Amino acid sequence: MISISKVTKTYKGAQRPALNEVSIEIEKGDFVFLVGESGSGKSSLMRLMLREDTPTKGSVFVLGENLSKIPGRRIPNFRRKLGVVFQDFRLLPNKTVHQNVAFSLEVIGKSQGFIQTAVPDVLRLVGLEEKADRYPSQLSGGEQQRVALARAIVNKPAILLADEPTGNLDPATSNDIMALIERINLAGTTVVMATHDRGIVDRLQKRVVELRNGEIIRDQRAAGYQKNPTGKIDLSNGGTN
Amino acid sequence: MRIVFREVGQSLRRNLSMVISVILVTFISLTFVGTAGLLQLQINAMKTYWYDRAQVAVYLCSEVSPESVCPDGPVSEDQKGEIKSRLESPTLASYIDKFYFETHEQAYEKFQEQFKDNAVAQYVKPSQLNETYWINLKDASQSQIITESLAGAPGVEEVRDQRSYLDQIFSILNAASLAAVSIAALMLFSAALLISTTIRLSAFSRRRELGIMRLVGASNFYVQLPFVLEGVVAAAIGSLLAGSSVLGIVQFFVQGYLAERLPFTNLVTLTDGLLIVPLLVAAGILLAALASGLAIRRYLRI
Repeated sequence: MISISKVTKTYKGAQRPALNEVSIEIEKGDFVFLVGESGSGKSSLMRLMLREDTPTKGSVFVLGENLSKIPGRRIPNFRRKLGVVFQDFRLLPNKTVHQNVAFSLEVIGKSQGFIQTAVPDVLRLVGLEEKADRYPSQLSGGEQQRVALARAIVNKPAILLADEPTGNLDPATSNDIMALIERINLAGTTVVMATHDRGIVDRLQKRVVELRNGEIIRDQRAAGYQKNPTGKIDLSNGGTN
Repeated sequence: MRIVFREVGQSLRRNLSMVISVILVTFISLTFVGTAGLLQLQINAMKTYWYDRAQVAVYLCSEVSPESVCPDGPVSEDQKGEIKSRLESPTLASYIDKFYFETHEQAYEKFQEQFKDNAVAQYVKPSQLNETYWINLKDASQSQIITESLAGAPGVEEVRDQRSYLDQIFSILNAASLAAVSIAALMLFSAALLISTTIRLSAFSRRRELGIMRLVGASNFYVQLPFVLEGVVAAAIGSLLAGSSVLGIVQFFVQGYLAERLPFTNLVTLTDGLLIVPLLVAAGILLAALASGLAIRRYLRI
């Protein structure tokens, strides 16, 4: 799924590298927390996986693509296979919930017929079918993040990258969002999530990769953690089983 | 596609003032280009018209001719006969369409006619004006042959090709059309810069959407097309306005105003104008597509 080997990333004018000889393997169905202080290199790593940046040294393979060598015209196609959510939701304020999710399908050229069925389905999955016609400003933070998650997974991506998805939310809402992300993982999507929230990391018992000063200082699987092997849980009916 | 056009429409409305300025700049610069084109067509039309009618004049010595060229004083009958036979000789005759002789009196009448309102008409006497052989050549560009064989012949004061007067007029007109073209080029350049600035501004005001489009994997073509179309639509409106104002110039100024005052001149017609309009529109659209395409490609690196 994701294979990062000996990656060094030095930003222009920076004294020390943001990432220093980082190697990590993430398999299909994995759920990985990236933890570490601000400036430890979590975001740099996420950016490399999204091909928003290229490494100074080393190689990044995601979904079989060598991201250092992928030609510019193939990047959009590559990103369609990823879902991304951020701390700040990144919704379009002048579009409704439905339109926000539909927009991501429109811009990759999906048919109206597909959009008309896929969007309500995914909104039901995140529990927002009632609020499809609201605007982001009329929603709570948790609801906005659900919209962002809906947008990220509506195209059934193989990987979900989440950069501090609970950073702006209160603990109770965070738990709801995490439950949703866990469910997405159980359906077979590989999840990589950068977070500051110790509580969530400790409670969910997943694989944890800790970064400090651009180096991996810990990569361990929680005692009871087993990556979801097959993704057998079916989400099409709302994931209630 | 429907979504692309929706985006273009929204964006055009959002940046209305910049869009208007793009429209105006392309409008004015392309009007200049069109006018320069019209002027060039006019010059060519006049050139063919007048060059065909240009004659070569062989001025014969008169009583006021300078002694340096006419040492024998006024031309004699013998000399006139000699010149006439040279013009009729097989060497020259093959180049000459026709020629005729103008006497002092005819020259005087013509002079009086041309300088009717001028005081000089009262002082001049027929004998002071040159007797002249007027020659129409088969090919107006071959006046050199006449000049070579008759200049300096006894009794000839000067051989003059009227085209040399025309050339002066045309070089002035050419300079004017060149000036119009250079102003137009400068304005087209600023139009291109303005278009790329507008597109960049438009992209900046939509950077959130663009960021999201890129995240969800919209193709470059899909991301860039609305911006290119935006520039193209604005420039197309501007160039259509320029085209219609060029047609307006032809219809109302050239055909309406000039034609009344210059009745015997071969002026550009609406057909010539219609020839220029598609070129203007094509130029405007091409310019806008290039300018906005380049601008957005540099701004929206993936």
